[in-house]
Amino acid sequence: MERTALPGALSLCRDDPDLGFDVLMDLTAVDYQKYPGREDGPRFEVVYHLYSLAHNHRVRIKVRVDEDDAVVPTAVPLWPIANWLEREVWDMFGVRFDGHPDPRRLLMYEEFVGHPLRKDYPINRRQPLIGPRI
Amino acid sequence: MGVGSFFTSRLDEAIGWARKYSIFQYPFVTACCGMEYMATACSHYDVDRFGAGLPRFSPRQADVLFVVGTISHKMAPVLKRIYEQMTEPKWVVAFGVCTCTGGFYDNYATVQGIDTIIPVDIYIPGCPPRPGSSSACARASARASSRRTRSAVTTPRSWSGRRCRAP
Repeated sequence: MERTALPGALSLCRDDPDLGFDVLMDLTAVDYQKYPGREDGPRFEVVYHLYSLAHNHRVRIKVRVDEDDAVVPTAVPLWPIANWLEREVWDMFGVRFDGHPDPRRLLMYEEFVGHPLRKDYPINRRQPLIGPRI
Repeated sequence: MGVGSFFTSRLDEAIGWARKYSIFQYPFVTACCGMEYMATACSHYDVDRFGAGLPRFSPRQADVLFVVGTISHKMAPVLKRIYEQMTEPKWVVAFGVCTCTGGFYDNYATVQGIDTIIPVDIYIPGCPPRPGSSSACARASARASSRRTRSAVTTPRSWSGRRCRAP
């Protein structure tokens, strides 16, 4: 899906009575930088998993965004849970959400530099908040 | 002068004897090791036989800080503040490999051993430590607390900790 069509599509999913997706199950991102076969093209893909309680069906919506322009419209006005889910995606991948009310890191501490779940972040790079004691 | 130091050393030993089996621990539990800590503390493998039956959930009232479970870098300032809030004399037990060396979490988010932040007296390895070995280490910490008191007046605190071997 294209990024510009995203808010309309999400609100349609939630409000249309036949679709009725009232639960945002998950909001996450994928880094395709090292994925064999998909390295060219936009780097990140933001994935939304929606579920409908009334009709018992699910849908997955994917939006691919480029690394230099990693901004996606926020889903917070539609589902309040998207607040923390989008904070986690920002913390781990660096994808900004346009209009998010509280863009802070969720899992890492505030002074952390970098976005850990990207493919080019080495897993054992040390960034201690408190340095070793003398 | 010889007579005076005789009395103070006997007093030190008396205080050490009194502190030996009255451990008020602060179980700083964060992760899975907490389950094994609870197993050690409950009825089957009892810690109350060492006098450690009343955990104090406040750093002001405790003398042994049991750091149980993985400490992340986000949690590290909290741990350091808790340690600084405890009053002297205080001892630290690193329970589980995550607190000893970082465990198998060789990554950006985990403190690779809490002895980079606070001085540790007893290291208990294990993932999680078996209750039998950790209760043996509780007994060793009791003895360490009595011994440390004897030297607290005269010698500076050493940073090296004692390691417990699993039986």
